[in-house]
Formats: sequence, C-alpha cells, structure tokens
Amino acid sequence: MADLTAARPGIEDIRQHYTAHTQRKRLYGGILLAVFVALMAAGFRTANARNAGSFADGFSRIFDYPSEVLAEAAEKAAQLPGHLVEFFPALVETLNIAAASTLAGAVFGTLLSLLATRGMAPWPMLIPLFRRVSDVCRAIPEIVIALMLIFVLGGGPVPAMIAIAIHTAGALGKLFSEVNENASLKPVEGLTSVGATWAQRMTLGVIPQVGPNYISYALLRFEINIRASAILGFVGAGGIGYELKNAMSWGQGRYDEAAAIFLLLFVTIVAVDQLSGLLRDHLTHGAKA
Amino acid sequence: MTTFDTTLAPADLKSDISRLFLKKRLMNFALPAAVLVYLTYVFVAFDMAGLWERASLDNARTLVSDSYSYKTHVTRDNRSGEVSVAIEGERKGAYPDGMAPDWVALGETTVIDLENGHSVTFGSEAIEYVIPGYGTVRATPSRSAGVQAELPAGDVPEWISVSKNRLAVTTEAGRLTVTRNRAEVFRYFAGWELFFFTLDSPYYGMGAGELLQHAATGEGGAIFREFWTNKMWRHQDVAWAIAETLLMAFLGTIGAGIIALPLAFAATRNFMPLRSIRFAMRRLFDFVRGVDSLIWTVVLARAFGPGPLTGALAILVTDTGTFGKIFSEALENVDQKQIEGVASTGAGPVQRHRFGVIPQITPVLLSQLLYFLESNTRSATIIGAITGGGIGLLLTQAIITQKDWEEVAYYITLIILMVMLMDWFSGWLRRRLIKGEGGKAKRKARKPEEGGAFLLP
Repeated sequence: MADLTAARPGIEDIRQHYTAHTQRKRLYGGILLAVFVALMAAGFRTANARNAGSFADGFSRIFDYPSEVLAEAAEKAAQLPGHLVEFFPALVETLNIAAASTLAGAVFGTLLSLLATRGMAPWPMLIPLFRRVSDVCRAIPEIVIALMLIFVLGGGPVPAMIAIAIHTAGALGKLFSEVNENASLKPVEGLTSVGATWAQRMTLGVIPQVGPNYISYALLRFEINIRASAILGFVGAGGIGYELKNAMSWGQGRYDEAAAIFLLLFVTIVAVDQLSGLLRDHLTHGAKA
Repeated sequence: MTTFDTTLAPADLKSDISRLFLKKRLMNFALPAAVLVYLTYVFVAFDMAGLWERASLDNARTLVSDSYSYKTHVTRDNRSGEVSVAIEGERKGAYPDGMAPDWVALGETTVIDLENGHSVTFGSEAIEYVIPGYGTVRATPSRSAGVQAELPAGDVPEWISVSKNRLAVTTEAGRLTVTRNRAEVFRYFAGWELFFFTLDSPYYGMGAGELLQHAATGEGGAIFREFWTNKMWRHQDVAWAIAETLLMAFLGTIGAGIIALPLAFAATRNFMPLRSIRFAMRRLFDFVRGVDSLIWTVVLARAFGPGPLTGALAILVTDTGTFGKIFSEALENVDQKQIEGVASTGAGPVQRHRFGVIPQITPVLLSQLLYFLESNTRSATIIGAITGGGIGLLLTQAIITQKDWEEVAYYITLIILMVMLMDWFSGWLRRRLIKGEGGKAKRKARKPEEGGAFLLP
C-alpha cells in the first residue's frame, strides 16, 4: 500500500527495468546452458576415452551383432519353435523370481510403510528408523546382495529372489507410505474406539483404503522386477538371463538360441507391460462393478 | 450397484446384497489362498528344502569375518628356515626382510605371541604351540617322516586335525598349520589393515596428529599421493570407478531426455496430425522399452567393447523409450489455452512451443529426469558388472576372487553411499527446481503421481 503514495515510476523506467531483467535472465540461462553442454561434452569425451572401443568405431558396427544373430536365426528358422520350447522353463523361472520377490517385497514394504507413517505407526518414536531402513533397502543394488548370496547359497533362483525382494521392499515401502499419508485416519480412530488391536486397525481400517493403489504400484514393480531378474540371471542367478549368457558364450553357431531367448524376453516384457497397464488403468480409474 | 432402483422389491434387494457379501467373502479367502498356493509352488520349484544342504555355512562365516577383520600370516619355510610376515599373505602386504610386527620376535627361534597365553615357537627342529587349558602341541616336520605331532594325553579335540603329513590347530587366538614344507600361523585382527598406507610407505603407522604435522611442513601432497596410490586398496581406481558409474548414469539419462523430447512431440495427438507417424513413433518407443536393458547392454557391448561409454549408451537407449512414453503423455495433457494465448500475440511456431508448451511440461520433465538419474545410478552398477566398467566391475572382480571380502565390504559401502547421496541430491534439486516455479508448477508436478504412476525408480 505504501507504494501507491510513492512517486510512480515512469514508463521508461519500467521498460528499462524489464529489459535489464530479461537480459540478466537470458544471460544466466545462457551460462547455465553452456556449462551444461560443456559438462555433457566433457563427460562424453571421458567416457569415450576410457572405453575399450571408440564411439565412432562402434557406431558403424552397432548392427553387426544383431544382423549376425538374425541371419543365423533365419537360416535355422525351422529350429526356432524347438528352442522356444526348450527355453520356456527358464523364462518361467525368471517370471517366478519376479513374482515371488514382488509378493515378498510387497508384504515387507507394507509393514515398513505402516511402521513409518505418522498416525499409523505403533511406535511413533521409531518412524525415522523405519524410514532409514527402507532407504537403505532401496539403495542397495540387487546385484550386490545377489552376488554375495550366490557365494553363500550357491547359484540358483533363491539368491536373486531374496536380492530383488529386499530392494522391492524398500522401494514399495517408500511409495506405500506416500499412499498412506493420503489415507483417512477416521476408520482407524473408529476402530481404536472399539478396542481393536494395531493389526486389526491396519487390516480393517487402512488396507481397504489403500489397497488399489498398493496393487497398482506392486504391478509396476513386477514389470521392473522381470527385467531385474533377467539381468541377475546373467551374473549367475538362473533363469533366462543365465541361458542367454550360455548361448552367447558359445558364440557363432549358437546364435539361433540367443535369438530365441531375445524373442521370448521381448514378447514377455511387452505382454506383461500391456497387461499390467490395462489392470492399473482399471484400478486407478475405477470401473467398480 | 451404487444406485438402487426404487421399484425393486425388498426381497430382491436383500438377495442382491447377500450375493455381493458372499462374493466379497469368497474373494477375501480366495485371494490369500491363491497367493499361498502360488508360494507353495515357488517353494517347490525353487527347491527351497534342498537349499540348506547346498548352502555353505563356511563360506558365510569367511564372508562375514573377513569383511571386518584381516589376518596376518607368519610363515616359515621349513627347508631354508626363513620366516616371512605378510598381511593377508599377499606380497603387497609383506613386511620387508627382518622387519616384523611387535608380537613376532624374530631370531634363531621365532616366538609368536597370540595373546591370552597362546604362543607359538618356531624352533630349529620342532614347532610348539602352547595352548592354555590344554597343553603344548609339538610338531616336528621332516623330509622323510612327514609331520610328527605330539599332543597332550587324551582324545584329540575336534579343533585339532592330525594326519601323517599335516597338523592344523584352530583356536580363538589364531591358527597354526604345519606341513612338511612349511609352518604357518594366522593371527586375526579387527579392521581394514593398510587402508591408508601400505607397509612400504614412510607414513605407515602414523597417527592422525603426526600426519597433520607432516602435512603442515609441506608434505601434504606426498601424503595424499601415498594414500591415493595405495596398492592394497587402490583408492585411485575406486574413485575413478565411482566416477565412471556416475558418468554412465548422467550421460545415459540426460542423453535419453534430449533424444526423447523431440521424438515425443511426434507421438502425440495434438502435435502430430499424421496418424501413421504417430503410430510408428509409439511402436518405436514400445519396441525400445520392450527390448530389455539386458539385451541392449549385450548388443551394445559387442559393438563398443567394455567401458563406461557402452554402459551410458545402454542406459540411453533403454530410457529413450521410457522417456518418450512419459513425455508424450505429458504433452497430450498440455493446456491448449496457454498455446492459444501465445499464438494470439503473433508468435510463430517456434515461439509457440518455446513459451506455450515447454513451460507446461518442464516440471514433469525435470522430475522424471531426476528420478531416473537416481535409479540409473543403481542400474549403472549392474550394467557395469555386465559390460565391464565402473564400480560394478570392481565389485564382481572382488567377489570372484572369493577372499577379498574386506574390499567387497568397502565397495558395497561406497555404492550404498553413492546411491543414497544421489537420491538425496536428486530430491533436493527436484524440490528446488520445481517449487521455485510457483504454485502452478507445483500442481502440475503432482500429475504423474496421480495418473500415470508409470515412472519411479
């Protein structure tokens, strides 16, 4: 209000101010962009220098391997169905790893999230502790736990499952607690007033509210976990990744097997992606009846 | 079910409701039952019952104890009588000739103090281990007769194994192995030995205060160089590996964003009138996303060889598909009014996009980029293990040797710190950048959380 009584700035002043302001903004933006571009370029040069093959060389050879694989697969097209059947069990194992770890991760994630949400936690003092626990679980890359467990438990699907489950628990724990924060606490209060235990309050008061969101996040996680379990197979944890590694290490002459595995993995990922997309749409946008 | 027709008779209503209840009740039992059946199947399929037999508890024990402790080997060559002391038995950790830690007394007879009354003596002929509460174990190795062991009277306890050519004693204080050719004592210590300086460094064994004094007199650079080129822990290589991993994530994520943004315009209903191009673009995104990052990694590693560039490209290609999808969804939700407003001032197509469209999607764009930057730090570790670059490679190499568990523990600590730091950094940047743009931007930024839920690490 005080401004009104003061002398009004002339239109020239305003214009000058505005131009100066815009120019400054542009300058800052320009500097920021230049720094960013320089950073990207420097990063690229460093990466290129530390790589075994250079970018220019590799770029021309980028389609060599796929075309070799495809050529050989086309040559032996008759054997393709046989290979698909042969590697199907490995695919099922990969899917099982993903599904079991998503289930286990969702259960632990639910627990972690309930313990780390204000208003729902039975021990409010420990909320920061449980938050950190889920942060740490989320931060550990699957490969770390998988490799250590492979050393202890021997190769196979179980190390991969445990590793992915731990990461999933952390990731879902965080997402679920975000969902929990939006849930109404009234049902919980109602249940408290009739003397319900903590477990009853959570299963009857909170879970029905957040259920659809939980499932939608868990489905998303399932998709991610399929990819993760395929990758972990490559470092020795069984499933289709392991078969791919074997087929590849045989080199030329067995590329038809590699092609079959590529195909299986591709089709599975696309199918699961589409299916879970549909399901999630259904869950978030209602369609109750 | 939500609206009831008033013409319905109460009886119909009641039967409707009870059917609904029955359905719900069945669902409540069927769902957990299905999950249980599935888990049982997985239990059998993964052969969980046989897991304990395959599990190696010894491996677990070495893994855990090695990750926080180290052992010093005192070895005598029985033929020449030479005694050498080396940390972890590695040449890199060997004490120079004639030098030994203070619990080893070198000489004609070497006395090794294992504390709490345990001591081992390498005599000219026999090797003696005094074990309090048990007695003295004496072993005489010789060319002709193998290892002759003399134990106190009574049954041989299970922590001593004796055979014609070998004697092994394992106590809580250490471990003694005698074979025909050599005698070896392990003593265990907690901590990561030689973490800062190796034995051949002039700064070995100095405290922090002493080091500061040296640094103050102008030796700071030399001290740092000694630390940086530590042969045991290779701090320099590790720092480079971490940098490579971060570089992979950075180049991959930002590169993918830069490539995906223009492509995303071609995949939207409101900016691309040609249906065929739109369709082709969307299928391209689906294809790139569907070919898993594992496959991209494998294919690209063939073309580019191992290294950080390959990892960066693998992340770039995979994420281009994902970003294309997210960005095109964001672009389809753009408010047309703002574009019309900009157009009404006489703006050309470039200006319309620059001032009408980009500001609307910036929050989504930035928050997605930052989310992925964080999650790709983790992916870069895994991709590095496959293509051979970054900290992932160091980690797998250390694990494959199956004995450098202290290094594994070190790398894991670094990886977790790195990921948590990136998590914190991307969250901080996201809050700064998006909240700084005012209320409207904040509302827009929430959008992905509500609808798509596609994103996420």
